[in-house]
Amino acid sequence: MKYEIIVVGGGHAGCEAAIASARKGHKTLLITGNINNIATMPCNPSIGGSAKGIIVREIDALGGVMGEVADKTLIQMKMLNYAKGPAVKSLRAQVDKVRYPREMLNTLRQEKKLSIKEGMVEDLIVKDGTVYGVILNTGENITSNIVILTTGTYLKSDILIGNTRTRSGPHDESPSLYLSNNLKKYGFNILRLKTGTPPRIKRETIDFSKAKKEEGDKKYYTFSHSNQHYYDIEKQDPCYLIYTTEETKKIILDNLNKSSMYGGLDDITGVGPRYCPSIEDKIVRFSDKEKHQLFLEPESHFYDDIYIQGFSTSMPRNIQEQMVHSLPGLEKAKILKYAYAIEYDAIYPTQIKPSLETKILNNLFTAGQINGTSGYEEAACQGLIAGINASLKLEDKEPLILKRNEAYIGVLIDDLVTKGTKEPYRMLTSRAEYRLLLRHDNSDLRLSEKGYSVGLLSLEKYQKFIQKKENIIKLIEKLKEIKITVDTEKRRTTMTVFDYLKNPNANLKEVNSLFNLNLNYEDEIIEEVEIQIKYEGYIRKVEREAEKKLKNEAKQIPENIDYDKIPNLASEARQKLKEIRPLSIAQASRISGVNPSDVSILLVYLRKYYNE
Amino acid sequence: MDDTIVAISTTTGVGAISIIRLSGEEALKIASKVFTKNLTKEKSHTIHYGHVIDNGEKIDEVLITVMKSPKTFTREDVVEINCHGGIATTNKVLEVILKNGARLAEPGEFTKRAFLNGRIDLLEAEATMDLISSKSETARKISINTLTGETSNLIKDLRNELIQIISNIEVNIDYPEYEDIEQLTSTKILPSINKFKKKLQEIIKKSEDSKVIKEGITVGIVGRPNVGKSSLLNALIEEKKAIVTDIPGTTRDIVEGTIIIDGIILNIIDTAGIRESKDLVEQIGVEKSLEIIDSADLVIFILNNNEEITEEEKRLLKKVKDKKHIIVINKIDLEKKLDRKKIEDKYIEISVKENIGITEIKKEIKKLFNMGKLKTNDLTYLSSARSIALLHKALSSIDEALQEIEKNSPIDIIEFSLKVAWDYLGEVIGETYTDELLDELFSRFCLGK
Repeated sequence: MKYEIIVVGGGHAGCEAAIASARKGHKTLLITGNINNIATMPCNPSIGGSAKGIIVREIDALGGVMGEVADKTLIQMKMLNYAKGPAVKSLRAQVDKVRYPREMLNTLRQEKKLSIKEGMVEDLIVKDGTVYGVILNTGENITSNIVILTTGTYLKSDILIGNTRTRSGPHDESPSLYLSNNLKKYGFNILRLKTGTPPRIKRETIDFSKAKKEEGDKKYYTFSHSNQHYYDIEKQDPCYLIYTTEETKKIILDNLNKSSMYGGLDDITGVGPRYCPSIEDKIVRFSDKEKHQLFLEPESHFYDDIYIQGFSTSMPRNIQEQMVHSLPGLEKAKILKYAYAIEYDAIYPTQIKPSLETKILNNLFTAGQINGTSGYEEAACQGLIAGINASLKLEDKEPLILKRNEAYIGVLIDDLVTKGTKEPYRMLTSRAEYRLLLRHDNSDLRLSEKGYSVGLLSLEKYQKFIQKKENIIKLIEKLKEIKITVDTEKRRTTMTVFDYLKNPNANLKEVNSLFNLNLNYEDEIIEEVEIQIKYEGYIRKVEREAEKKLKNEAKQIPENIDYDKIPNLASEARQKLKEIRPLSIAQASRISGVNPSDVSILLVYLRKYYNE
Repeated sequence: MDDTIVAISTTTGVGAISIIRLSGEEALKIASKVFTKNLTKEKSHTIHYGHVIDNGEKIDEVLITVMKSPKTFTREDVVEINCHGGIATTNKVLEVILKNGARLAEPGEFTKRAFLNGRIDLLEAEATMDLISSKSETARKISINTLTGETSNLIKDLRNELIQIISNIEVNIDYPEYEDIEQLTSTKILPSINKFKKKLQEIIKKSEDSKVIKEGITVGIVGRPNVGKSSLLNALIEEKKAIVTDIPGTTRDIVEGTIIIDGIILNIIDTAGIRESKDLVEQIGVEKSLEIIDSADLVIFILNNNEEITEEEKRLLKKVKDKKHIIVINKIDLEKKLDRKKIEDKYIEISVKENIGITEIKKEIKKLFNMGKLKTNDLTYLSSARSIALLHKALSSIDEALQEIEKNSPIDIIEFSLKVAWDYLGEVIGETYTDELLDELFSRFCLGK
């Protein structure tokens, strides 16, 4: 049986990759260790968050599925950073951990070009630097034109609890034992990373009266631009806020050497993420803090587990019991699943091209945690891009490469392939220098055209986007014509609504009702127009800045350039350029260790090169 | 990088020896054409004695240093000619070299080549530029400080302060639910931004002072024909030595004369008509005067005590008011015909002829530029025009942030301007990368899931 595309791994990256390939008409096979664990959420029970919520919107605008699946299965929804500015607003949903994977599996099953197979991939079929398929642990060979690896944390993963190290993936699944060794054999540099997850508690053993209730927003939101919501705002599940106690701190400090990371194991090589430290890390690094914030989050309507966000640890089980019981309201809590840390292999992402095809092997794409990222959303968006670009390659078309001023997805992939990463990479708004352009509200305006032209976004969604775009233009034109008379402190003035909206405290909805303007537009149009008018000055400024910086994006560097032949490059820059092999001058200038003088030298050299 | 460039690399008119430097592939060939000896076969890093010759005529007795690529400042072939004959002869030598195929270097072009050829980095390039053009001991000290990185530290401290504010806002955004980190609002950050602004202003002021110490003050003398501009210039210089260059464009501003007051150099720039002989009617147009007013740091505007004020003078008076200026009424030894009331400004009465009031002018200059208070022992300030311009840009971004606070804009919009300011400061020292911000986030705040 021959496939066009094989996707290895059924996590968030794998699902998007498989669906994108199949929807684009390519015969696709998804191989996963356990079909019941497709698109599970082994860590926190939420999707979205600051910046991450915008990634989910972007996935939806390009024609991916994470947004829709989350909309259908969420149990609480919040708009974060509502008052902090238009660019940083972002959705976060608490998602039902049983319904999400089930819904995703349904979505996968609807794809006629997609087959799903249980199995463990341990090697690739490789000939002359090109991949031709995969080899399972049973010895079975399956051939394909392209392979996409989305192996998550399953490459040689070890679960660490106290002084125990167990070779296993999450959910007691067996990991891939040889694939990362084989990748090394083909020339990949392998990176060892680490992450962790907190304990899960039986709901009815918690006294929630000692915790502060955190409700969802009383307004409907959706990740998907279809704006179809499936939940009832009055029936959202609450989360709860508690704090660690002095006793928690004492227990942790007294038993620190029993934690895997603090002496429990002496062979830790994985690098953990700074933004997601274990509770023992927090206590040690911020020793002057008396207490740390924890959230109690429901995992599902179908079972009882409560997730303690902020309490990830690799302490032995008996210490975890003491730690949990030191928390207010959890004195008698029963632990259903113990916390653990997990170590796994990844590849250095500088070995990947911006299309997500690897530089080492032709027709091999990688996405998700294998590329050094962390997070469901980060994984999903890479899976989507890998799926799209694998298909485009089969179709003999140029890959879809999003720029830093077009999408968080563009920022993420550019960061990975240009700067690499030493810790699991998480998206943050601070990573996006043009974030004023990368907003929740305009994800579709930025990306739907691209999603449609690569052949993934449905016609229905595309038409909705075109309609929205037209309405925005219409409304802005209208606002430039309608004049209103307003009283300011000093005097009475007549101005267009357009000009009035430049005032930061002005609100179009209010103006609409106050002056009986009869503007009948959907909320999202009103909001979009208001943002575009109010922040026009800043948005233009960022656009100009982006244009200036990205101008060098057009200055391509020939793929076969020999950096050893360029005189006077600083040796660090030379080495970095040889490693990363940037596609453009702009990308070269973003590599750390490549200084402006090196870029000038490169420019001068290229000028000569092109003249010859 | 193909042609050979040449320039007088010592400051014109300062010092007994002038050095003319050539750089480029043909440097040796061109030098040989004008020298008594063929230099093309000579070893690198050797010095040769001889004469510069033009059409068989000896122009100057010189020492020539031959330095071959790559061990030179520009990494190209470099020839340096030490001229001994003063400014006029030096200019003549330059003219001969230009005639023989070299191109006059643009300002800073040698350093630019050194930079492009990988010989020096950006900050070094600037500092070297300063070092070369520094005329006094004080200025040299500032240049050395830049090279050793004290200036960088000054900017690093400033940026560090700003990033504390920025990272606090970023944490609020990236971790919206972390209560234990203070949620910053515009009113909460106002005091720290104001404090930062004050500090930045202070540094800008000191940097500008430092620029005065190093580059001196450009002075324009403006006035009607025969009002006594050249006499005043000569009186200020105290000796009748107006330096004149014959080749247009050898320097950007044509410096007519140089005065040193309290160790500060005053460069008196082209005061049109001053070179004309007294028999000719000077043709100073209003336009030319306006040009001078624009480019000078200080304008000395001379009126004639013996004549009524003209409409043109009234116009120029208005224009001068936006600048640092001194209004001078000359010829008080003659009959008083000028109505003082029409000046509507402070003025100094002088008579160049009788040597009255010259000291007052010098005193006023000192006062205007705060010269007594310019500290010459504290020189860790930036002084390149580029750095100062960037500092000003940073300051106006801070002002924008303050305006947004005033307007009650969302915190992300306020932070936008703060970040722009932070980037400008980074540009001064050649760093603008956002990883610093991330490192700051993770080291200062306790975050995590």
